[in-house]
Amino acid sequence: MSILSISKLCKSFGFLKVADEISFDVPAGQALGIIGPNGAGKSTLFNLITGNISSDGGQIFFQNEDITQVSPMKRTLSGIGRSFQIPQPFDKLTVFENLLVAGTFGRNLDEAKTTDNCVEILQETGLAKHVNLPAGQLSLLERKRLELARALATNPELLLLDEIAGGLTQGECDSLVATIKSIHEKGVTIIWIEHVLHALTSVVEHLLVLDFGRVIAIGDPGEIMKSKEVREIYLGIEV
Amino acid sequence: MSYVVKVQTSASRMAAIGTAILIPVAFILPLFASRSLLQDLFFIFTMLTLAQWWNLLAGYGGLVSVGQQAFVGMGAYAMFGTVILLGWDPVPSILAGGIVALLLALPTAFFAFRLQGAYFAIGTWVIAEITRLTVAQWKQLGGGTGTSLPRSATRDIMFVDGIKALFDTKTSVARDILAYWLALILVILTIAAIYWLLRTRRGLALAAVRDNLQAARSVGVDPDKIKWLTFLAAAFGTGLTGALIYMQKARISPDAAFSVVDWTAYVIFIVVIGGIGTIEGPILGVIVFLLLQSLLASYGTWYLISLGLIGIIVMLFAPRGLWGLLSDRTGIELFPVQRRLVMNKKLSKEK
Ligand SMILES: Nc1ncnc2c1ncn2[C@@H]1O[C@H](COP(=O)(O)OP(=O)(O)O)[C@@H](O)[C@H]1O
Ligand SMILES: [Mg+2]
Repeated sequence: MSILSISKLCKSFGFLKVADEISFDVPAGQALGIIGPNGAGKSTLFNLITGNISSDGGQIFFQNEDITQVSPMKRTLSGIGRSFQIPQPFDKLTVFENLLVAGTFGRNLDEAKTTDNCVEILQETGLAKHVNLPAGQLSLLERKRLELARALATNPELLLLDEIAGGLTQGECDSLVATIKSIHEKGVTIIWIEHVLHALTSVVEHLLVLDFGRVIAIGDPGEIMKSKEVREIYLGIEV
Repeated sequence: MSYVVKVQTSASRMAAIGTAILIPVAFILPLFASRSLLQDLFFIFTMLTLAQWWNLLAGYGGLVSVGQQAFVGMGAYAMFGTVILLGWDPVPSILAGGIVALLLALPTAFFAFRLQGAYFAIGTWVIAEITRLTVAQWKQLGGGTGTSLPRSATRDIMFVDGIKALFDTKTSVARDILAYWLALILVILTIAAIYWLLRTRRGLALAAVRDNLQAARSVGVDPDKIKWLTFLAAAFGTGLTGALIYMQKARISPDAAFSVVDWTAYVIFIVVIGGIGTIEGPILGVIVFLLLQSLLASYGTWYLISLGLIGIIVMLFAPRGLWGLLSDRTGIELFPVQRRLVMNKKLSKEK
């Protein structure tokens, strides 16, 4: 059964088509990777799925319900969690409070009832040292971790991750991959946009290639990386 | 690993003890204080109440309204209306003032929330002007020149006879004491309500919306709901205050009751010099404001110019106000809202 089903989704910014009849399904429990050159429309696709921007046409089904017109807030409550490519922390709130907002509103729980879960996530994502620091004072890498942590605090069934592995050292990258794997093992469906291919392919079972707002290929990562078209698109990106 | 979530600090515990002592003292103050001190305190409490509500709107909610005089004026006029037209006692009429201001806030928010940033501010001001012009057409309440509370109503205001007997004093003094007590109750309830709100999860939501609207939506916060809640609460509190101020003045006119200088510019000044986005800031700000006023008010226009200059200097050199300077140096917070997570490693080992 698919948890997310996208059908002929369209979006243009002026004359620029960033989503051109995108259709694909994500089975529940899958980890799907999305790759594609800069400006292909990957982040826009996430914004459409979460409702942060509205689509021009097409439909989005989440757990068999049409959510195309549903507000971002309700999508979060129904189980879609996301990270932003450019981190969007609540600057003046502490790291812990950033998670607390997500935990209380994203799950509709009392603060006390969600604190356990927040503390667990802070440790899992390596933010435990900074719990009481205002999020505005974090380094870029820590902000990216906070994006992941805050998304997790909403207890998502579908987790959307947008380029969270860029700029990490090998060790940091390995521990991030381990974290995402363990989230995935708990049964969370994951869609992960990532340029760091070795990290991505060590987690995902399925790969989708996007270019000019179109799905170029979707399927087994190994086979897709062998395809000539994909390699051409990726020539500029993979060193 | 075990943990505790702490909000209290040692300074805030001291502040709580201090408040617990101060409040009863403030209530029995009319026994010792001069009439002019009570009048000054009435001014402080009512301006502080207005400042706390504006601070909630702008400092926490990011809703920079310059039209709060609409709710002061509407509350005051509704209070006069219920006294003059319905024959109510002025004290319950204050409540009517709050409710009518709340009703005015519904269409105001409906229009103003469609506007962003500076346009929101201008929108609130325009709506306040429209309200003033409309109220000036209200002939039964004196139209553009205004009116006074009828002697029959001010002679036997609720509780005044009791106060007269208790303090063995004239009616006019008893009325000042009543107004002082009502203002004291109002400012205490206002600060308590706002502090409580900030300590609940709605306070977190308010901060999240202020810091990052997109992200707030993405973690399940409904920004519209929280903005409406804040705006309506502020209108109600501002309306109550307006009604109380004009019960004490006993005379009203549209220009005075809807004055953008008296009820919004001064209030913004108080919040900005004291420290926006804190409960302590307006408290400090109103004291500074009163001092400046008693020093400079006789200089007329120069008074306003120097207020403006002081406001600008503070905004440039201490954007978090005087309280910000003080609490940065000392780390003191009297009304802390930050939830601090204290991990307890020892406990977890014992487990
Ligand atoms: N809000 C917006 N308004 C106008 N153009 C946008 C907006 N968001 C993205 N774009 C444009 O749409 C294209 C796709 O952007 P994006 O989805 O961020 O690409 P990717 O994440 O694949 O790098 C880019 O050319 C970008 O400049
Ligand atoms: Mg992107």
